[in-house]
Amino acid sequence: MPKLTIDNIQIEVPEGTTILEASTQLGIDIPTLCHMKELSPEGSCRMCLVEVENARGLQTSCNTICSEGMVVRTDTEKVIDSHRFVLDMLLSNHNLDCFNCAANGQCKLQDYCVQYGVERTSFKGLKCTEPVDTSSPFFDFDHTKCILCRKCVRTCEHIQCDSVLSAADRGFGTSISTFMGVPYLESGCVSCGNCVQACPVGALTLKDSKKYRVWETKKVTTTCPHCATGCQMNLIVKKGKIVAVEGAPGPANEGQLCVKGRFGSHDFVHSPDRLKHPLIKKNGKFEQATWDEALDLIASKMTELKKKYGPNSLAGFSCSRAPNEDNYVMQKMVRTVFETNNVDNCARVCHSATVAGLAITLGSGAMTNTIKDITEEPEVMLIVGSNTTEAHPVIGSRIRRAKQNGCKLIVVDPRETTLAEEADIHLKIRPGTNVAFANGIMNIIISEGLEDKEYIAARTEGYDEIKKIVAEYTPEKVAAICRIDADALREAAIMYAKAEKAPIIYCLGVTEHSTGTEGVMSMSNIAMLVGKIGKAGCGVNPLRGQNNVQGACDMGCLPTDFPGYQKANKPEVISKFEKAWGVSLSSSKGLTSTEVFVAANEGKIKGLYIFGEDPIVTDPDTGHVNNALNNIEFLVVQELFMTETAAYADVILPGASYAQKEGTFSNTERRVQRVRKAVELEGEQRLDTDIFCDLMTRMGYPAHYDSASDIMDEVARLTPSFGGISFERLDRGESLQWPCTYSDHPGTPIMHCEVFSRGLGYFYPAVYKPAAELPDEEYPILLNTGRMLYHYNTRAMTGRSPGINIISNSSYIEINYKDAQKLGIGNHDRVKVYSRRGELETEALVGRKVNEGESFMTFHFPDGNANKLTNAALDEFARIPEYKVCAIKIEKA
Amino acid sequence: MSVKKSVIPFSGTEEQEKLLHGIIEQHRHQAGALMPVLQKAQELYGYLPIEVQNMIADGLKVPKSQVYGVVSFYAQFTLNPKGRNQIQICLGTACYVKGAGNLLDRLSDKLGIAPGGITPDGKFSLDECRCFGACGLAPVVIVNGEVYGRLKSDDIDGILGKYE
Repeated sequence: MPKLTIDNIQIEVPEGTTILEASTQLGIDIPTLCHMKELSPEGSCRMCLVEVENARGLQTSCNTICSEGMVVRTDTEKVIDSHRFVLDMLLSNHNLDCFNCAANGQCKLQDYCVQYGVERTSFKGLKCTEPVDTSSPFFDFDHTKCILCRKCVRTCEHIQCDSVLSAADRGFGTSISTFMGVPYLESGCVSCGNCVQACPVGALTLKDSKKYRVWETKKVTTTCPHCATGCQMNLIVKKGKIVAVEGAPGPANEGQLCVKGRFGSHDFVHSPDRLKHPLIKKNGKFEQATWDEALDLIASKMTELKKKYGPNSLAGFSCSRAPNEDNYVMQKMVRTVFETNNVDNCARVCHSATVAGLAITLGSGAMTNTIKDITEEPEVMLIVGSNTTEAHPVIGSRIRRAKQNGCKLIVVDPRETTLAEEADIHLKIRPGTNVAFANGIMNIIISEGLEDKEYIAARTEGYDEIKKIVAEYTPEKVAAICRIDADALREAAIMYAKAEKAPIIYCLGVTEHSTGTEGVMSMSNIAMLVGKIGKAGCGVNPLRGQNNVQGACDMGCLPTDFPGYQKANKPEVISKFEKAWGVSLSSSKGLTSTEVFVAANEGKIKGLYIFGEDPIVTDPDTGHVNNALNNIEFLVVQELFMTETAAYADVILPGASYAQKEGTFSNTERRVQRVRKAVELEGEQRLDTDIFCDLMTRMGYPAHYDSASDIMDEVARLTPSFGGISFERLDRGESLQWPCTYSDHPGTPIMHCEVFSRGLGYFYPAVYKPAAELPDEEYPILLNTGRMLYHYNTRAMTGRSPGINIISNSSYIEINYKDAQKLGIGNHDRVKVYSRRGELETEALVGRKVNEGESFMTFHFPDGNANKLTNAALDEFARIPEYKVCAIKIEKA
Repeated sequence: MSVKKSVIPFSGTEEQEKLLHGIIEQHRHQAGALMPVLQKAQELYGYLPIEVQNMIADGLKVPKSQVYGVVSFYAQFTLNPKGRNQIQICLGTACYVKGAGNLLDRLSDKLGIAPGGITPDGKFSLDECRCFGACGLAPVVIVNGEVYGRLKSDDIDGILGKYE
C-alpha cells in the first residue's frame, strides 16, 4: 500500500491506484475530458496533467500509478497553465455557438473554460466544416463541436459492445465516424443513446434536448418500465412534463440504458390518447361516466354475479407492469371481495414455467444469482433460448463485455442472434427440443465423469432416476432430435462442466412450450449435476420478461400462492391471512389466466377484472380469446389506453402510469427498487391502489392506504421473504434482494448457498416429448415467435415513441433462403401466412437467421400479430401456452 | 463525416474472394492480424472498398468500424481503385510555393473529385504526393509516369485532353 502526498495531504492507497483515483478520494478535483471510470484510462485528452516531483514534465493523472513517497501537486501555476493550453487548443477548432447549443449549461468544455478563465482561443487556423448528421430520429452528431475525446467510441465498443463508431482518418482530418462514414441511421447503430450520454460537450445531443434548458428541469430517479433488467434512470421533468430520460447508476445497469428505456419511456405518459375518465358501455358505445357511477356499477354487478353463480365465476388478471403495491392490493381485492383465488398475472404466458419448475426442483422460482455476478465472474456462460441483446439489451451488453474480457459463450438458440454470432459454440437447435438437448448434455457430463459426486450426494435427490433416463440420450440420438452436430454438443457439455464458474442463463425459449416446466427443470438438472447452484458466477438464471413480472408473482397474483409464495392450499397460510385481513378466504385452487379463457368459453367465468393487460394481443390463438371475452357477462378493464381488449369491456377505468405514482418494482434478480412519481395524474385518472380500495369498500370490505409505503409495510408484515424491505431503507440508498427477512437483513444476492429453499435439490426425471403441433404436409413450416429490440410486447409504450416508429413499425416473418427459393419468395416480398387457427399477411425477411423449415415472427405489430397463428396448447404444470412452436404454411401474397 | 463509398461498382471476382479468404484464414489466429490482412487484400484488389472491408471484418471477427478506422488512418490504404489514368500531384514545399495548390483546385474542379478519388467513368484517379525529387521543375504533376513541370492552372485542360 503506497503512501503519497497530493497537494500536501497524505494518503495511503491500494497498489495500482491512479493519481486521479487517489485525488478523487481526497476530494481534489482534477479536470478530465476523456476519462471514463468504468473503463481503462485513455490518457489522450491531456486535461488531467499534474506535477509529480522528480518526474520529467507533467504527468497524466488518469494513467499514472501511485508509488511510495510520491509528491503530487495539482494546483501549481504550471499545471493550471497546461489546463489552459489544452482548452485553448480545443477552442481553436470548436464551434462556439454556445447560445444555440443543446449542451449549454451541461458542457465540460464550457465549464472548464469558465473555471480556468479561457474566453477565446489564441490560435487561428482551419476549422471543421463537416455537416451535422441529423439522420437518427433521436440525436444529432455535430462534428464542429467534437473534441475527439473518444468517449462515444469507447462507450459503443466497451459498454454497449456494438462498435459502430471509430476515430477515422488522421491529423486535422480525424473525426468520429461510422463504418465508411454512412449516416447514423444506416450504420447498424441500435440507438441506445449511451454515446450521447457519454459526450462531455455538444457534439452528440438528444433531439429532445431542444425542448428544455437544463436549469429549468428537475430529475426524478426511478426504475425503467420495460424489461426486468431493472435499469435505474432519471426522468427529466420540466413544468410537469417528462421531456427526456437519462441513465442513472444502478446495480443492474451502471448508468447504461437501451433504446426502449431511453426513448420509449416518456412519450406514452403524456400521450393525448391516454384514458382520462371512466367509461361505461351503453348500447354498445362507451360514454363518459363519473367515478361513483363506474365504481357503483362494478360493485353491484360483481356482487350480483358472485351471488348468482358463486365466487369462482369471478376472476382478476393483475398487471406485471405495475408496481408491487398495486399488485398486492389487486390480489387482496380478488381474494377478499371476489372471494376467489382466480387471480393471475401475465407471468402465466412468459415465465410461469420458471415459477413452477424451479419451485419444484429448488424450492424457489427465481433467478439464483445477480446480474453483476453472472456477467463478471464466469469463465463460460451457457445461454439457452435468450435473445438477450434484444429482449434484455443491457444484460446483453454485459454478456458481450464478458466475452470481450475472455469469457466463453455457449449459445443454444434456433436463430442466428447477435449472441449466437459471437458465441464460441452455437447450437442451433430445433425449437421444442430443449429437454432432449439438456438430457444430452447430462449424458455427456456423466459419461465423461465430470459430474460433481460430492454435491450430488450431499445436496440433491432423484439422481439415480435421472441418470437412468439420460443414459438413453446419447449425443448422436440428441443430435438427430435437435438437428445439431454431436461433436459440438460434446464440446459444449465439457466446456460448461469443466469451468469453475459457469451460469446457465435462459429465457422464454425454454419456458414457452407445452413442456416448458420440464424444460426449466432440465436447466436446474444440468446445473445441479455439476454442483453449480449456490455459488458465485454460477446458478440457474431465468431472465424475467416485464419490469415487474417477478414482483407480480412475489405479491401473490397467482391462483395458488399468497404473497411471497405462501401456498393457498396450506391451512396455516389461509388462517394467517384471514386473521390479518379480517375476512374468511377461499382455500380452493384458483384458475390460471389461460384456464380462465377456456372456462369463459364454457360459460363458467361470468365476471372478469383485467388490470393493465391486453390478452387479445398477447395471448395465443386470438380467435379463442375473442370468443372468451364475448362470452363473459361483465368485463372491467383498468388501463392507460383504449386497447383491443378494452374495447370488449363494460366499464373502463383510467389508471396511472409508472411515472405518476410511488412504488417498487422487483427486477429479474429479485432486487426491489423504487418507482417514483415524476408528474401528476391528468384528467380524472386515479391511483390504481385507490381504485381497488374504493371497490373493496363498496363491496363491503372497507380498505384504505395512506401511501404506497404503507402498503409495502403491510406486505413486509405478512411476507417473510419481504420482512426487511421498506421504502425507508430503499430511499436511504440500500439495494435489497429478497429473501430479506428482517429490518437489517442485507438481502440475498445468491440463493441456495448452504441449502436449497426446498431442502435437497430435486432432479426431475424429464423425458423429451415433441411439441404439441409439428409441421406436416399441409402446414410444413415451423413458426417460432419472440420479441425484437425496438418494441415492447403490445407496443402500448414503445408504439407511442415517434422515433422508435421511424425505425420499426411493421410486422415481418423471417424465412430461410432455401424455403424462400422453393416458394418463389424474395426478400421484402409480401407473403400470406396460415395456421390451423388463423391467417395474416406480412413482409418476408429472407436469409440464414432461421434454419430451413423454420420461421420467426413477433407479436408486436397489429398489421401481422403472430398470435393469430400460435397454438394455445398448455403445459401440464404451469399452463403456459406453446408460443414457440406451431405449424404454418407460407405463400406469396 | 462524409460517406466514403467508392463511386466505382465493385468488380471483385470469385477467384479474388477465394484468395482473400485464404489470406484471412492464414492470419486469423494471430494477434494484430488486421494490418497484414489489409495490406495483402490491397495487393489483391488494388484498393479496399466496402465489400472487401466487410469480408475482412467478418472473417477476422473485428468490428467494421475498427477496420475502417485503420484503413482511413494509414496513407498506404486507399478506398478507391486507381483510374485508367493515374494523376499524381506534388504538394511538397517547392511545388506548393510555386502554386501547386491552385493546380490541385483546378484538377479537382475539372474532374469533380477530391484527392484520393476516382471519376465515375474510371478514367482518372487523383492523388496528392510529397516531392518527386524534381523541385527544379516545380510545380509538378505526373500522369501515368509522365512528368509535367512548371505548370500553370491553364495548362491542366490541355494535359487532361491527351488521355483516353
